[in-house]
Amino acid sequence: MIPGAFEYHRPETLGEATGLLSQLGDSARVLAGGHSLIPMMKLRMAAPEHLIDLAAIADLRGIAVGDDIRIGAMVTQAELIAHDGLAAACPLLREAALQIADPQVRYVGTVGGNVANGDPGNDMPGLMQCLGARYSLAGPGGTREVAARDFYISAYETARADDEILTGILVPHPAPGTGYAYEKQKRKIGDYATAAAAVTIGRNGASVAMTNLADRPIWSEAAGKALAAGDAAGAVAAALAEIDPGDDNRGPAEFKRHVAGVMLRRAIDRARARMG
Amino acid sequence: MAKMHVKMTVNGTQVEALAEPRTLLIHFLREELGITGPHIGCETSHCGACTVDVDGRSVKSCTMFVGQANGASVTTVEGLVNPDGSLGVLQEMFREHHGLQCGFCTPGMITRAHRLLQENPNPSEEEVRFGMSGNLCRCTGYQNIVKAIMAAAAVLRGEKEAAE
Ligand SMILES: Cc1cc2nc3c(=O)[nH]c(=O)nc-3n(C[C@H](O)[C@H](O)[C@H](O)COP(=O)(O)OP(=O)(O)OC[C@H]3O[C@@H](n4cnc5c(N)ncnc54)[C@H](O)[C@@H]3O)c2cc1C
Ligand code: FES
Ligand code: FES
Repeated sequence: MIPGAFEYHRPETLGEATGLLSQLGDSARVLAGGHSLIPMMKLRMAAPEHLIDLAAIADLRGIAVGDDIRIGAMVTQAELIAHDGLAAACPLLREAALQIADPQVRYVGTVGGNVANGDPGNDMPGLMQCLGARYSLAGPGGTREVAARDFYISAYETARADDEILTGILVPHPAPGTGYAYEKQKRKIGDYATAAAAVTIGRNGASVAMTNLADRPIWSEAAGKALAAGDAAGAVAAALAEIDPGDDNRGPAEFKRHVAGVMLRRAIDRARARMG
Repeated sequence: MAKMHVKMTVNGTQVEALAEPRTLLIHFLREELGITGPHIGCETSHCGACTVDVDGRSVKSCTMFVGQANGASVTTVEGLVNPDGSLGVLQEMFREHHGLQCGFCTPGMITRAHRLLQENPNPSEEEVRFGMSGNLCRCTGYQNIVKAIMAAAAVLRGEKEAAE
């Protein structure tokens, strides 16, 4: 399986990268870990004429735990998992990242690529919606922030403009004592979710998001409100009312709806048990 | 499309070549350099037969462009032999514990296990299974692969001698 031909660029600064992206327009795509893009290019479902590799841009790396938690777009899943300060500040991130793909993919796949990709199967988008994260975007016109909850429009369609690069993710600190859980049903390690649920419950309320159950991640405000009021069954019912799974080789929609309910209930129970 | 100049260290030897940017690392290793240890199993990023070590990370080389490995240090199963050319500890333990049948998955298994033991010299069986979950084997049922890796870990920690 040989991808189409392209020209390879490896800029060293963000300015160079956004410059290339606006100059080359539609014919260019950025390359992060390549573990979603290269499979698509092998299938010729993507055939960019230019690839702009972000690997040499130092500004896109690094994890900083300050007033917010900032995760650079090019931080890999393996780096995120290995970071003890991050796991202490927001343990849900590590718990979910360990359920993504397999070790080889996690060494290379980036957090930025995972959230920017727009594939409903990706685990990080729902997770970031649950946590109330914001994405930093840089384009020719400057920089802006978009809330994860406003970012996803439909499959592979996001609020990111074609000439923007996602530079990092800002995650607010969960309140002390917040209970959390990520529950994912998959056919085998390395598979995308049949259904997955991210839950936090704390002093500031509760938050619920679901993965791979619609053409975008589903953050359910109603489910979060029900859960904050102590109504777990109501939270599950509210979330199930918002998902829209389709039939595919992971099963018929009815089965996925069932699994979604089970995953969410498990996530709620585990998050409650972890509340401080 | 213009070829690009690539330079990397493969199994300790500096190599330089011209390659089309769309060349995948696995094809570069096998076809340009004649290093045929890493295998192509699925070509779809699932099986791990193509696993090589790139700057201290286990990577599926069918899912990396050659440019992404430009300047890197790459190790394949060929690079895991002892300096005198005899089998390295992991290779020897796979032989001793029958960690292979057809052998197709073995180069990826051993290269991945090498990195796993570098990061965790004293893994539990559970940790070995989780750490090896990106590598598929159609023959062994994995039992002997896990045994071989646990045995290699013990030898590398100096707790056990390899049987001759
Ligand atoms: C076998 C296998 C199993 C997998 N299982 C899972 C799983 O269970 N859960 C899961 O979530 N993922 C899974 N993945 C996907 C994996 O996590 C990818 O690494 C991830 O989706 C994309 O990250 P990347 O760094 O590889 O991005 P790339 O593949 O390089 O890029 C993906 C897309 O995002 C764009 N992009 C990347 N970075 C940026 C940026 N900074 N700014 C703007 N656009 C950007 C690219 O142009 C491209 O369109 C799996 C992949 C494989 C191969
Ligand atoms: S050939 Fe690369 S993962 Fe199967
Ligand atoms: S020994 Fe045959 S695939 Fe593993």
